[in-house]
Amino acid sequence: MKFEDEPVPGYPLPILPGHTSPGRFERVLRAGQFAITSELAPPDSADPEEVYQRARMFDRYVDAINATDGSGANCHMSSLAVCALLTRVGYAPVMQISCRDRNRIAIQGDILGCAAMGVCNVLCLSGDGVQAGDHPQALPVFDLDSISLLSTARTLRDEHRFLSGRKISYAPRVLLGAAENPFAKPTEWRAQRLAKKVQAGAQFIQTQYCYDVPLLRAFLRQVEDLGLLGKVFILVGVGPLRSAKAAEWMRTHVPGLHIPDEIIKRLAGAQDAAREGRRICIDLIQEVHSLSGVSGIHLMAYKQEHMVPEIVESSGVLRGRIPWYPGRDPETNTSRTLS
Amino acid sequence: MYALRRWSVRHSRGLNTFYRGFESLLCALHPLFKRIGYTRLERPVAAVERTVKGALFDCRMCGQCVLSSTGMSCPMNCPKNLRNGPCGGVRADGCCEVRPEMKCVWAEAFAGSARIPGGVEALRQVQPAVDRRLQGRSSWLRVVRMRAGEPG
Repeated sequence: MKFEDEPVPGYPLPILPGHTSPGRFERVLRAGQFAITSELAPPDSADPEEVYQRARMFDRYVDAINATDGSGANCHMSSLAVCALLTRVGYAPVMQISCRDRNRIAIQGDILGCAAMGVCNVLCLSGDGVQAGDHPQALPVFDLDSISLLSTARTLRDEHRFLSGRKISYAPRVLLGAAENPFAKPTEWRAQRLAKKVQAGAQFIQTQYCYDVPLLRAFLRQVEDLGLLGKVFILVGVGPLRSAKAAEWMRTHVPGLHIPDEIIKRLAGAQDAAREGRRICIDLIQEVHSLSGVSGIHLMAYKQEHMVPEIVESSGVLRGRIPWYPGRDPETNTSRTLS
Repeated sequence: MYALRRWSVRHSRGLNTFYRGFESLLCALHPLFKRIGYTRLERPVAAVERTVKGALFDCRMCGQCVLSSTGMSCPMNCPKNLRNGPCGGVRADGCCEVRPEMKCVWAEAFAGSARIPGGVEALRQVQPAVDRRLQGRSSWLRVVRMRAGEPG
């Protein structure tokens, strides 16, 4: 879809009535389009070109790009910096904020800063424990949790003040997101937890990898019973598995990741496991696309980012729609000056 | 102690009832506390609180107790200090991602809350960010002061 008021890359879109952010991701969601987000693994490098290279892989196929914040408690370029680079050329990033590394003073400053740089989407996470990453000696901060982080961000945006009550002169106009894992214990309470996140300010959620559609359906039923459909956009996490061995490793080592035995068997029985992994991923996308209450997918193709276009294309869920990327609309007036 | 902590969650209903009675008793003693002086009481009461709640709940003395809203499972035992529910990393056996030998305190909290009348509703409340200044102080005295309309 193309907006008439499509701005010069790096400029915010006008905020439409009923919208909270000047971002195109919110527009796609509210227009009822099946949205696609993907995850950019920030480089272990200070070279901006590495960020752009990774982002370009998603061109034409992704509505918003998540910039992870030290995912798996491993050190990489900060999500704030990745987002700043991405907004310079017009991409719509989702800035992930984890509570693991920063306290409420730093986090609130980052929310103001990211909005100033054109970030329109923020994903509030608790974060992985430091034991999972490459610096297990580090101090786990966890001054806030994901839900108090959500309500903090909402306070900044809607009440124009810090948690301390001090006024801010221009509020960060961001769409607030959160994560949910419908596949982790205690599964029967996960929808309740989502309700709490929505109450605290979550407008969209991205889920953990889904390999078990019946569990997802059960979760969606609970979400519907709690009256949450229509109050929050749900993007289901999907991703290609490379081999049966990799899948086995992931489910034993990545906490909260649930991969049913049938998926592993399907991978083990295939001649080309990686191809079968992509096939499973495409099947899942198509199945998820048909579920009511699902607004899109969050495609996490860790170390297989280059396969994102093929997977999205084969799934057919974009139905001919081309998400924005730099250079999509060459006729856009780029001579506009900063106002 | 871990075993006792788990016992407390299994007996959350009884403990919650006892706790409510205990709270009323403490609140009734407000005039006396005030005469003695809250500042003077802070240290001895905090010491008793630390011992009792430490044994029963592995209390971390955050100073702003939410046990009655968390099914008598202390959320400060969560290695991420999550006060609003479990993270997405809970293992398939219901154990913690950071400390695999420990049951997720939030899985316990849900189980404990289900045993307390109105417990599940209490669990739905969004808990604000922790006030770190209260660490080590008596939550009991703070509740009594707040019930009496005085600053916490």
